[in-house]
Amino acid sequence: MGHSFVYRFRLVTTTPLSTNLQPDSSAFSHDRPDSLGRFGKFGGKYVPETLMPALFELEAAYHQYRKDPDFQQELQGLLTDYVGRPSPLYFAERLTEHYAKPDGTGPQIYLKREDLNHTGAHKINNALAQALLAKRMGKQRIIAETGAGQHGVATATVCARFGLKCIIYMGVHDMERQSLNVFRMRLMGAEVCPVASGTGTLKDATSEAIRDWVTNVETTHYILGSVAGPHPYPMMVRDFHAVIGQETRAQAQEKWGGVPDILLACVGGGSNAMGLFHEFINESQVRMIGVEAAGHGVETEKHAATLTKGRVGVLHGAMSYLLQDDDGQVIEPHSISAGLDYPGVGPEHSYLMETARAEYYAVTDEQALAAFQKLSQLEGIIPALETAHAIAYLDALCPQLVGSPRIVINCSGRGDKDVLTVSGLLNS
Amino acid sequence: MTSVSQCFEHLRDRARCALIPFITAGDPDLETTAEALRVLDRQGADLIELGVPYSDPLADGPVIQAAATRALQRGTRLDDVLKMVKQVAPTLRSPLILFTYYNPILNRGIDRFLQEIAAAGVKGLVVPDLPLEEADSLLKPAIVHGVEVILLVAPTSPQERIAAIAQQSQGFVYLVSTTGVTGMRLQMQARVKDLVQELRQVTDKPIGVGFGISQPDQAHQVMEWGSDAVIVGSAFVKRLSEGTPAEGLKSIAEFCQSLKAAIVAE
Repeated sequence: MGHSFVYRFRLVTTTPLSTNLQPDSSAFSHDRPDSLGRFGKFGGKYVPETLMPALFELEAAYHQYRKDPDFQQELQGLLTDYVGRPSPLYFAERLTEHYAKPDGTGPQIYLKREDLNHTGAHKINNALAQALLAKRMGKQRIIAETGAGQHGVATATVCARFGLKCIIYMGVHDMERQSLNVFRMRLMGAEVCPVASGTGTLKDATSEAIRDWVTNVETTHYILGSVAGPHPYPMMVRDFHAVIGQETRAQAQEKWGGVPDILLACVGGGSNAMGLFHEFINESQVRMIGVEAAGHGVETEKHAATLTKGRVGVLHGAMSYLLQDDDGQVIEPHSISAGLDYPGVGPEHSYLMETARAEYYAVTDEQALAAFQKLSQLEGIIPALETAHAIAYLDALCPQLVGSPRIVINCSGRGDKDVLTVSGLLNS
Repeated sequence: MTSVSQCFEHLRDRARCALIPFITAGDPDLETTAEALRVLDRQGADLIELGVPYSDPLADGPVIQAAATRALQRGTRLDDVLKMVKQVAPTLRSPLILFTYYNPILNRGIDRFLQEIAAAGVKGLVVPDLPLEEADSLLKPAIVHGVEVILLVAPTSPQERIAAIAQQSQGFVYLVSTTGVTGMRLQMQARVKDLVQELRQVTDKPIGVGFGISQPDQAHQVMEWGSDAVIVGSAFVKRLSEGTPAEGLKSIAEFCQSLKAAIVAE
């Protein structure tokens, strides 16, 4: 594939196409991933042998409990009463007006308000479900990695709720820029372990969490926070977030009697995007767009745009696109947003890109900052910097659209955690 | 040059347990690595494992992680490592085993990678993040290139899995002695003895025990438990990195002798 594909992809980045890149629908008719955890060639289990039995055990437990009425009842009850689901599908009236064309047409923009969940982001859907799974598997010690701290906070929250021991690995650089979340995790009784290796960001925290798991695998469950990592995580985390898309379908049906025309979400590892996309993957008329972090620009060396600029490789247990140098060494990424500052991406996103089922673009730190302010000012909603990347892509997308398609943006998190960083940047 | 399997056959004929030291290529620099290979070869190594530095070594503990980071910061590249190996390997008695994570292999292309390491004189390959399920892509082409791919068995591996891994492993079976990453441990877990016996029941292939062995008495213990080889990594890497290169080389020479003495005794 290599160069020819990159070429086609570059064409797509300059001119998003909604209808003429539809894949053969039969490619999406069977279960993904396959029994080896593959989405096409992506995914798999590239981990030390020590972890293999734990991954088999986790997969078996997942398949057992996903169909278990008691598990489902407990999960649904907590999603409703503890997390606050369903999250609203909100019509962003002033944002819609902002992008309206002079003739009165223009996209109708809706926000799926995952930011209103308990703990302020979509991350709790997965953390809660995995904690219930861990409890049933008899694991009393929980570990997790975190970048922006949202997954760490969600994990610390559910551990407090269930009385589980909780250790969160977090890069030292991220601890600095997300100090509020560090305090929240500690307040809820989690131990936050600083990771100084590499650039002290999400990649390094994930490696350290995996090392902990290799060492304590018999007593410990690893609540991986994205649709990344070895099988069954990309499948399981996606399924635990699929409630986002399922609710969106019901809410769209109620509000306009149809499905969304365009789904838009930011992509670091890609869990909030998969949660929104999964429900609609088999409906080729629903256009799906993922937005990566371009940092200082994809033409510079400081970005985290894995699908836009990476090559196929293996990181943290999965084959997927990866930012790497000529020698196959992983490149340290950069993004203003700690949650997108990751050199890999979930394997299913690589598959959706290669099959052209979803499109992926990148926006810069600067564009994300502008969108952060725009949503705050137009809608009174302060988005997470991660989410602001999805919002920012509206600037490029809306002028290309014809008529009044309905866009649903996953408003994946709220920006309280980012206000210190942003105020620092805006004042400097 | 001797293959990994042939080396073990010779040792088995003489009822000897093999010593396999591990060092990280490029730490402190490749000239020192070359000299270290010669020193280890002279001071009792039977095979030598050479680690290719990698940016995300998730099976490694702090000592080897730090060595890899230093080597990469010095600009150590795979091509330079192989160039050095090509010069040194023909002068060594011990077959060289390359230890590398999977991404650098995949990045170069499996066939090209195997061809290049074989041409450099590498005889064996250990890939710590490539379990049995993913190893097919490497095992078959490796045979063509004359490189033996050594698979790992862990304390957590169930019986039927141990048998399947042993069957596919080439050269020897690498038994990870501890649930954890590489690094020095104060005590060997007693269950290593049971694991060696379990493994012995399902395979005729040699068994090498590694991860956590850092002292001569531990090496002796592992030999007594019936292992065909003792693999020592972090303890060598740490010694080689302390002081000047000359001091490091002297230190690993003495350490290698003491380990060797511990496993050829009686």
